[in-house]
Order: sequence, then C-alpha cells, then structure tokens
Amino acid sequence: MAKVQALDYDVDKYLEEQGYDDHFHEHEHGDKYKVSFISKYIFSTDHKTIAKQYLITGMAWAFIGAFFSLIFRLQLGFPDMDLSWLRPILGGWININSEGVGSLSPDFYYAMVTIHGTVLVFFVLTAGLSGTFSNFLIPLQIGARDMASPFLNMLSYWFFFLASVIMLLSLFLESGPFAGGWVAYPPLSALPQAMMGSGMGMNLWLFSLVFFVVSVLLGGLNYITTVINLRTKGMSFWRLPLTVWSFFVTAIIGLLSFPVLVAGFVLLLLDRLLGTSFYLSDIFIAGEPLHHVGGSPILYQHLFWFLGHPEVYIIILPAMGIVSEVMSTHARRPIFGYKAMVYSIIAIGFLSFLVWAHHMFVSGMDPFLANFFILFTLIIAVPSAVKVFNWITTLYKGNIHLTVPMLFAIGFVSFFISGGLTGLFLGNAPIDIQMHDTYFVVAHFHIVMGVAAFFGMFAGIYHWFPKMFGRYMNQTLGKIHFWLTIVAAYMVFWPMHYLGVAGVPRRYYTFDSFVNFSQFDTLNQIITIFAFVGFTAQLLFAFNFFYSIFYGKKVSERNPYRANTLEWSAPTNPGHGNWPGKLPVVHRWPYDFHKNGSDYRPQYVPLDPDERDVH
Amino acid sequence: MVGQGLKYRDDYRNATFHPQVFLMWLGLVSIAMLFAGLISAYIVRQSAGNWLEFPLPHIFIISTLTIVMSSATLAWAYRSYLRGWQRSYRQGLLLTFFLGVAFLVMQYYGWSELYSKGIGISGNPAGSFLYVLTGLHALHLIGGLFALAVIVYQAWWRHVQMSQQQVIRLKIISYYWHFLMILWIVLYGFLYFTR
Repeated sequence: MAKVQALDYDVDKYLEEQGYDDHFHEHEHGDKYKVSFISKYIFSTDHKTIAKQYLITGMAWAFIGAFFSLIFRLQLGFPDMDLSWLRPILGGWININSEGVGSLSPDFYYAMVTIHGTVLVFFVLTAGLSGTFSNFLIPLQIGARDMASPFLNMLSYWFFFLASVIMLLSLFLESGPFAGGWVAYPPLSALPQAMMGSGMGMNLWLFSLVFFVVSVLLGGLNYITTVINLRTKGMSFWRLPLTVWSFFVTAIIGLLSFPVLVAGFVLLLLDRLLGTSFYLSDIFIAGEPLHHVGGSPILYQHLFWFLGHPEVYIIILPAMGIVSEVMSTHARRPIFGYKAMVYSIIAIGFLSFLVWAHHMFVSGMDPFLANFFILFTLIIAVPSAVKVFNWITTLYKGNIHLTVPMLFAIGFVSFFISGGLTGLFLGNAPIDIQMHDTYFVVAHFHIVMGVAAFFGMFAGIYHWFPKMFGRYMNQTLGKIHFWLTIVAAYMVFWPMHYLGVAGVPRRYYTFDSFVNFSQFDTLNQIITIFAFVGFTAQLLFAFNFFYSIFYGKKVSERNPYRANTLEWSAPTNPGHGNWPGKLPVVHRWPYDFHKNGSDYRPQYVPLDPDERDVH
Repeated sequence: MVGQGLKYRDDYRNATFHPQVFLMWLGLVSIAMLFAGLISAYIVRQSAGNWLEFPLPHIFIISTLTIVMSSATLAWAYRSYLRGWQRSYRQGLLLTFFLGVAFLVMQYYGWSELYSKGIGISGNPAGSFLYVLTGLHALHLIGGLFALAVIVYQAWWRHVQMSQQQVIRLKIISYYWHFLMILWIVLYGFLYFTR
C-alpha cells in the first residue's frame, strides 16, 4: 500500500481563490444577523438552529417514550411487583388494591404502548432524525446559504412543536391518552365510547398528528427544493454526499405518502364527529346497534399503511445515509459502490409504495392480491442487501478508526442485518399468518427500524456534534454508551423472537391465563432487566450530550475528521449564511479518500492536471 | 413572507424554476396525493356495494364554468401585469376574487340542494364521500381566496410597481388557482362518471 500523505488543506485559500462569489454579503446595512435572543434561539430561521431544536425536542420525546416502555416492561416481566412507588409520577394510572399493593391499570398499559409507538415512530425517528439531520446537513453539504424558504422551515418546526404540545396535553387527561395502538385502527379509534382513551385522548392524538403531517410536509418541500435548486457551483447530483441523497429521497417519500395518511385521518375524524360510516358497520355496543351502516375498517388499514410502510423507510433511509458518510470518513476509504448506493436508495424509495398490504395479510384480503405484495416485499431485500454489501466492502481493508460514530455505524449494520433477515420471514404471507401480532413482529421491527435507526442517529450525533456545538462529546462515555446499548438492545429484542415463534401475542397486558407461556417468565424478566440497562445507558448519553454542549473539549481545527464534505469547509461555528465569504465550488465527489497518495481530498480541492473525477 | 428568504445569485444554475415557485409545485403534488388517497378510498368503498346513486346538483355545471372563468381572469391579470397594463391587472384580480367567492356560494347551494333531497353527510357513504371531496376542495379554495385578497389589496390600495418578487408571487398564486380549477374539473368528472 502506498504511503499516504496526511496533509491539511488551507480552506480559506481555496475558498478565496476558487470560491464562488454570490454577493451574499454585499448590500447589507450593518450586520443583518445581529438578531435578538428570541429570533436567534427561539423563532430562528437559521437551518442550524432549527436542526438543534428538532434534535432536542426529539430527545425529550425519546425519553418520555422510553420511560413508558420501562413501565410496561415492568408489567410484562414482573406482573406481581408492587408499583405503588410510581404513584407520585403516574397518579391514577397505578391502581392500589386493598392490601396496598400497586399495579398498573390495564387501560393505561394500552395507553403507554400506544404513546410509546406513536412518539417514537413520528416524533423521534421522523422529526428527531430526518428533521434534525436534513435541516443541519442539506444546506451545509450542498454549499447553500440556507434552505429555499427559511420561513417555511421555521414554521415546520413550530408545527412539530404544536403537535408535541397537544400530544403532551393528552397524557394529562383524566381518561388518559389514546390507547388503541399506534396504528389507530377503527373501531377502537372511531368510536369515542370504545375504550377510555378513545374519547378526548383520540381527538388530541388526531389533531396532534395532523399538525405533525403539516410539519413534515413543510420540511419536506424545503428539503427537495433546496437540493434541486440551491446546490453550489460544481455540485452535480453525482457529487452529492449519500446523506443528502438519502434525505432527498426520504423527503420525496414523505411528500407522497403523508397526504394519504391525512386523507385517512379526515375520514376517521368525520366518522367520529359527524357520524359518517366510512369505517364503521354493524356495530353493537351493550346490545344496542349503532346507526353506522356499510363502512369498512379495512379501508382505513389501506390508507394508513400506504403511509405506514413508506414511513419505515422515511425512518431508516436518513440513518443509512448517515452511516455511509460516517463509515467512509472513519475508515478512510471511498464508499464502495457509490452509484449502486444511490440507485438502491431510489429503488427502496420506489418499492416502498408497492408493499403496504404486507401489514394486512390477516385482514382477510384476497390471497391472490397478497402474492403481489409478497413479491415486491421480497424484492426490497435486493437493494437493502446491496447497501449492506457496500458497507461491509467499504470497511474491507479500510484504515478503521473505532471512534464512537464508527462504532454506532457498525452497530447499525449489525442490527440492520439481523432485523432485515426476519423481515424475509414476515414478508411471506404463509409465515406471517402464523407470526402476525406475536413478539416475533415486535422483535423484527424494533431491531430493523427502531434500534438500527437509533444507531444511525447516534452515529450522526457523535459525528456532527463538533459541527453543531463547536465542542466534542466525551469519547469514553460514548464508548460505554455504545457497548451498553448494543448489548442491552440485543438482549431485549433477541429473546422476543423465541416468544413470537411460540405464539406469544403482542399488546397483551398479562399472560396469567395462558399456562403455556409461563415457561417464558424468566425470559420476560431478563428482557425487562436489560430494558433498564439500556435506558440507563441513554441517561449516560443525555448527560454526555448536555454536559459537552457547555463543557466539552473545544474543537480546535476546522476539519477534525479530515472529511471531504463541504460542511467542514465552513467555520466551526458558522453564522447565518454558513460561509463568511465566498461559497465553496465543488470539483469532485465526496469520497476521495486515499487517492493518488493523499489521505483525503475535500470536494473544494480542484482536480490535479492528470486527475479525473471518476467513481 | 415566503419572499423573505436569503437572496441568491443563481446565474450558474440552469434551473428554470425559482425555488419558491418550485416549492408551490411540490405543495400541489402533496395536495394531489391527498385527493388521490380519497378518490382511491371512494373507488374501493364503491366496489363493496350498498352504494346510493343520485344525480349531482345542476348548479355544479355553473360553478364549473365559474371557476374556469376565474382561472382565465387570473391568467389575464398576470399577463396584464407583465405588460404593465395596470387597469386590467387590477380588474382581472378583483374579478378573479369575486368569481372565486361566487363559486363557493354555488357550491353551498349545491350542497343544500343535495341535503334537501335527503342526502346528508352521515347517510350513505356515497353522499359522505361527495361532501368530503367537494368540501376539502372548497377549503383549499378558501385558502387561495385569502392569498388572493392580499394581492388584490396590494393592487388596489398600494402603488403597483414592476418587480421580480411580485412576478414570483403572482406565479405562485396562479399555479395554485389553476390547480384548484383543474382539480375541480377532475373531481366533477370523477363524481359524474363514477356515481
């Protein structure tokens, strides 16, 4: 292997000599970024501040969702435990019997499961992941001053905030938040009298999610427009970092699928409020027939899963993009098969619209139609496998730096493989009919899109933290966080496969009446214990995160990882407008590591006379 | 408001769309997906049977003509602005606004005609779907009327000046308005032929 030259590039010189002058800083009367506290930190239109707002709101929701999971894991692992000590926090959600022993009320068990699913899927892994990194990285990595419409971008966050506030309010209702599962199938979601959370709780849930969709759409419009219109000079589509590619395709998926969810919600809302019969039919409550005639709950399932399935790719694609970028940088290797990666992202995005009914194999759909969805579901394995292959070959013979972001990126691939393989089981209707609604499904989706997406998010946070806050996170704490999390996550979700194969159904409050399942009591206890271990590790992460914002080691050089992408050519704390002078001009793709004897060549470095930008 | 974005020089970009106009196009895509979702729900529900057939109110024909005319007057106002014909610019905008209001009034009469025939929102899903589709279209049109009201106000009570920013604003509102016109024709045709 040729000896590589570890050199530093004088960014300012390149920007001054090669940069593109967009006259951005001319014609300003004084400092137009001299802004008040409120417009700098609260109603900011700066994409970097908005990204941090998304991240911190997402983290808050992650802890609320994780806390709920601990409580219902306690119920599943240790159903006889005295929970009266939780009464100060959970109040009426804990029943206390005549002997003074507290137990979780079944209604609130369902509420917690529901809210856990809703906030993690939508608020954390959609807003917190794609909202954070699309906002932060798209303008910085394509060489733009800001988003196409910073104002809509700000609105996008504040709609998300509004959705958050409404959802949070629903937790404090006396009847509790919605409790019919995060998918909100009618009739539980359509009839206010169906269960405790179906009244006001469901109203707030629906309004919250409608505002959330507005937020996603406003964000998505901006991401797509920014990538198409505001790339800097020389930044062709084939020179975009894979992060930007994945955010771009994610935004397109969201733009096409979220409105359909709204369509489903509009009909649901009318069923609830105006007595229409879109989803309701022939229902008796306490022996009394309702007036609803001719509706079909399956219709809701189709509309919901038309978003619901693309949604899992909205969650996982940004994580994939982040992992590609982090792996290439920390292994000092060009990403293997860049174009194959891009085509895979596009293929996954396209196929994600053709597979939704694989969530509905047991809904009584036509088995012939099911074949169509099985076929396309299994085809998705192909681009996914291409991506996994490319990540592994990127690492092969790389100069791997086992930094914290790199560890999380490798962890992502591990989870994506183990969770993706069980997807092949569940994508087949004959097996899915057996496995449906068991813990096998819970294990599958938690590993492949829950934990994996979180690992992608952690990789991104640790990697770009210096860019966001100008300080490093503590690496030792980060490594402890990684090892505790990966062990705990596997120990929580791996055993669930065994439960699922044995037929243990998900969403059940207790298994007392199933003698067969008592063999899993110990396993359930182990799962619960590791859930607590995993949660503790996240507390460590939160401490590291907030401590490092204020007291972390300061970033002394502009490009600490010697990465190639443009965000590292901006100052460590870029102001609004990102580059103080000219915009960088791009001459090459973003993965020129270890080329022609030099360790790395950033995108703003012109090609040598005999060099070609081939990839 | 949308126009407050940072200023870019984009002479090296060969994009034909201004970013803000492109934003509007993407917004129209998402609105189209909303209606596509509802229309597919309509088709699925209809094929399941128990579907009431009823004639559409006749006034919908007139409202269709009205919205087509309002689209035409807006296009006329836009061309007038580009050529600096202030009078017809102002008149075109105002006419568009009133035709939009007239369309809404006619929709209301259409709904009350249906309602008086016993086709309420909560009866047979055939009726419910009609109210949802036309109602959501009307809601979007009301949103457009607010934006149009701002532009009419500027045209009549502020000095009319040629500016690139105003051209972009007019383009955005025009695309939205023409889209609503086409959407209405699609909805009307769909409801007419697949009752």
